[in-house]
Amino acid sequence: MATRSSFYGQISANKRNSLLMAAFVIAIFALLGFTIGYAMFGTPAGGVATTAFALAIGSISGVATYFGGDKLVLTVSGARPVDATTAPQLLNVVQEMAIAANVPMPAVYIIDDTAPNAFATGRDPAHASIAITTGLLEKLDREELQGVIGHELSHVRNLDIRFSLVVGVMVGAIAILADFFLRFTFWGGGSRRSDRDSGGNGAAAVIAIVAIVLAILAPMISRFIQLAVSRQREYLADASSVELTRNPYGLERALAKIGGDKEVLEVANRGTQHMYFTNPIKKFEARSSGLMSTHPPILDRINRLRELTGEAPLEAAEAATLTGLE
Amino acid sequence: MNWPIIIVIGIVVILVVVIIGIYNGLVQRRLRVDEAFAQIEVQLKRRHDLIPNLVNAVKGYMGFEQKVLTDVTNARAAAVAAGAQGPTQQAAAENALTGTLRSLFAVVENYPELKANENVLSLQEQLTTTENQISFSRQHYNATVLDYNTNIQTFPSVLIAGPFGFTKRDFFDAEPEAANVPNVDLSLS
Repeated sequence: MATRSSFYGQISANKRNSLLMAAFVIAIFALLGFTIGYAMFGTPAGGVATTAFALAIGSISGVATYFGGDKLVLTVSGARPVDATTAPQLLNVVQEMAIAANVPMPAVYIIDDTAPNAFATGRDPAHASIAITTGLLEKLDREELQGVIGHELSHVRNLDIRFSLVVGVMVGAIAILADFFLRFTFWGGGSRRSDRDSGGNGAAAVIAIVAIVLAILAPMISRFIQLAVSRQREYLADASSVELTRNPYGLERALAKIGGDKEVLEVANRGTQHMYFTNPIKKFEARSSGLMSTHPPILDRINRLRELTGEAPLEAAEAATLTGLE
Repeated sequence: MNWPIIIVIGIVVILVVVIIGIYNGLVQRRLRVDEAFAQIEVQLKRRHDLIPNLVNAVKGYMGFEQKVLTDVTNARAAAVAAGAQGPTQQAAAENALTGTLRSLFAVVENYPELKANENVLSLQEQLTTTENQISFSRQHYNATVLDYNTNIQTFPSVLIAGPFGFTKRDFFDAEPEAANVPNVDLSLS
């Protein structure tokens, strides 16, 4: 059974990658911390002290995010919880898909925004939440909604949500540390250097340059990792959604409708954009062809679904009128 | 004590441990089948409870199409009765009920006042979700049955399954048209 093994494979890959990513963050933190400390204080001991400090901050923020990151993301996005009396059809559809994916019923939230979008978060299926914008609820019919919810619950079942949380911490923490250092070097670093003896400054200068280069590169590298892994799992979640709903047309129509929608989701930001159903920051997606986007182009996703049903891919002109993409 | 006795005792202990492991595995799989079936039954029960409400809500409007309503009512009674006859009969009766419900909803489409009725709309949504949940639960149940049946018929657990009374379970059969689902290839190439 190819379908079965591929999502079980995805689950173990996500567990492994989450651990690898955590190890990567710790290594980068230690490296950045040591180099920065060395550059700031001029001694290896200073480097060790800064490393310890960076790791302490990093592990506190890591643990906090692992256990509370979902609540943070939901709060930042302005999501409010709903139940069977306030949104009966949505709850029904989520329940159906939870049964199909064989995961517990997640908590369901609504974001008051007319841009149609959705995301899932949490550390495992037992602690998962799904958030849907009011725009999505208004614009999609039942079948299309099922496709989108199937996509989000695939993220839950495949443990993409855990990986997303870990990636969120990584990108955030490394960016903060690098930012902190760069500010410190340009504002406070100068006066400190004049206090020191001129002898033996060659090595310190090299270290300082290495520190600056690292501080600039680390956030970019971590960002590229975030982008590359996030695009792959969007395709997989689309395919898993079809596997769950047994209906590729609902998801295909949902993608076409959302792709044709020009509205921008105000509550999304750089830290949360990779979690959404489609890229909430549209201008960004249109301008950048591939490397810098957290999501594959919607046209690609539609065409992959059409492959499943044996239909011809959409022509460029047809696609432009249907989805309104540039 | 001499060596042969120790070796024999060792082999017996290992055998007992292996048998306990296989037995527990079988029990766990059988529990999963029962649990999956219980999930279907909850939803079937819910559907049986919803249908009289729907029939009452639409009865007054559909003066000329009483036959559709009696079909639904009869199919419901048959499905409730089939509940005690095992998954195969139950699935057949439930599929017949699904068919009559579909014709009822097709008829409702012809009555604008019914389509606008809040109560009918709510019942229709509840029946739709129940039907979807039944079909998704059925997929899950059939997967657990397949796993269990394969297990009790393959070596080495087949040696244990017979003596301890593990017998094959029936699938909850899908409707014929549901067999034509698109084949999903999840490879990322």
